[in-house]
Amino acid sequence: MSGEIEISIKNLNLWFGNFQALKNINIEIQKNAVTALIGPSGCGKSTFIKTLDRMNDLVDNVKFTGEVIYKGRNILDSDTDVVELRKEIGMVFQKPNPFPKSIFDNVAYGPRVHGIRDKKTLHEIAERSLKGAAIWDEVKDRLNESALRLSGGQQQRLCIARLLAVEPDVLLMDEPASALDPIATSKIEDLLHELKKDYTIVIVTHNMQQAARVSSHTAFFWLGEIVEYASTIDLFERPRNKRTEDYVTGKFG
Amino acid sequence: MAAKLRETAAIGLLWGAGIATLLILIVILAYILVNGLPLISWHFLTTNPGVRGQQGTGIYSTIVATVAVTGLALLVAAPLSVGGAIYLNEYTKENLLRKVFRQAAEVLAGIPSIIIGLFGFLFFVIYLQPYTGGWSVLSGGLTLAFMVLPISLRISEEALKAVPGELREGSLGLGATKWQSITTVVMPTALPGIITGLILGAGRAIGETAAILLTVGGALGLIHGVRDPACPMTLYIYNILTEYNDTTTAYGTAAVLIIAILAITFTTDYLMNRYTKKLKGL
Repeated sequence: MSGEIEISIKNLNLWFGNFQALKNINIEIQKNAVTALIGPSGCGKSTFIKTLDRMNDLVDNVKFTGEVIYKGRNILDSDTDVVELRKEIGMVFQKPNPFPKSIFDNVAYGPRVHGIRDKKTLHEIAERSLKGAAIWDEVKDRLNESALRLSGGQQQRLCIARLLAVEPDVLLMDEPASALDPIATSKIEDLLHELKKDYTIVIVTHNMQQAARVSSHTAFFWLGEIVEYASTIDLFERPRNKRTEDYVTGKFG
Repeated sequence: MAAKLRETAAIGLLWGAGIATLLILIVILAYILVNGLPLISWHFLTTNPGVRGQQGTGIYSTIVATVAVTGLALLVAAPLSVGGAIYLNEYTKENLLRKVFRQAAEVLAGIPSIIIGLFGFLFFVIYLQPYTGGWSVLSGGLTLAFMVLPISLRISEEALKAVPGELREGSLGLGATKWQSITTVVMPTALPGIITGLILGAGRAIGETAAILLTVGGALGLIHGVRDPACPMTLYIYNILTEYNDTTTAYGTAAVLIIAILAITFTTDYLMNRYTKKLKGL
């Protein structure tokens, strides 16, 4: 694999209590590319990306070993400032989760908690972020309306805009289109093609066609392990592992 | 056929139970209001009671005393209960500590009010007399705070628990600190529930008699400070009945008390509904 490496994961193991959810994960995430994580439910994909911004810390009884090297340091170290980390590595969730606030207040939320108070600056950031998430034209005349009045697809793009407003480097997306209809899904996919020019994207998906459409690299997870990690074309057309082949050809899943 | 008959009978009985509950409430309210409303006038509300139970006086100082004692109880209980609920729900994990806290709140809520009053008497009235002034608004208010505390703690905790975890994740995922997430996302979403808990607590405080019987003093003069003894409406009803057998004034005072409680309940309901709708973008 060519290209610059953004995140390098070495010997990552993770347990919830006695249950080992991730087993010896070794993978390198390419900069300014889309990396897809596929695999059956409960195989550890979501747990894996939640490790990358330390969201698993919110779960009781979690413990992990190994290294996640980002910008030259191991973010799993106990002295990592997770608040700072989450400004650089942001997450879009499975279910759109806009705050019960206006559209503008949603986008301005991140900049505000990071200390930006100037109205003009906030408006500039909001406009840039909403444009970046391809939702500006739909909401520019209703910025003061509640975000909860938007459709599910619009809410998800708003959540992406909300994330862009804090100017992260990495976008983690946990099945961002699974709750959306096909039209809203294709809008999100188009957006991913735009976003990867400026951001490193890791996306969990159940939908193999989606992985094939949007990503340059794909990792196949199975029972907490990465069975195969390759360029998306290779993984789908010339899988080296029998289980990968069975999964991508739909024999199980 | 027999099953169908039983079904009809069951529905009838349950309906009867529902209606009976409603009727009891209506009968009590109607009885108090029919007997008490004729007495209520501007004069009744704005004149102080006669010191020796004379008829034809008002209840002004007792209304002031109720407001003062309840306000003080809320002032003390609100930060403690909301703070406690935030700590329990946001900063502790589901473990022994949390169970102990919750159980403690429940036990506190279950203690008979006369015993809370006895404690208030021994601790605030006697032991802390140099600070509280003995029998006073301050002693009564602090004692009542113990009764408001567990109610509003429990309801605040429920309200916080009902805030979807995704909202917290969303906020933390944007690099907000936990405290920022609590103040800007969690609290505004939980606010209607928290306020409801405080109002229920206030309702408890307004209506409480036993806990203030031993702590507030029962003096009928208008208070000038929190260290003055006072006589809230509930205590006034008790005193005027037991000492002067004055049922008329008792009904009048009771009617004012009930109207106040109903007004507070409905106003809060209305405001919280509007707030919740706004929050949901309707």
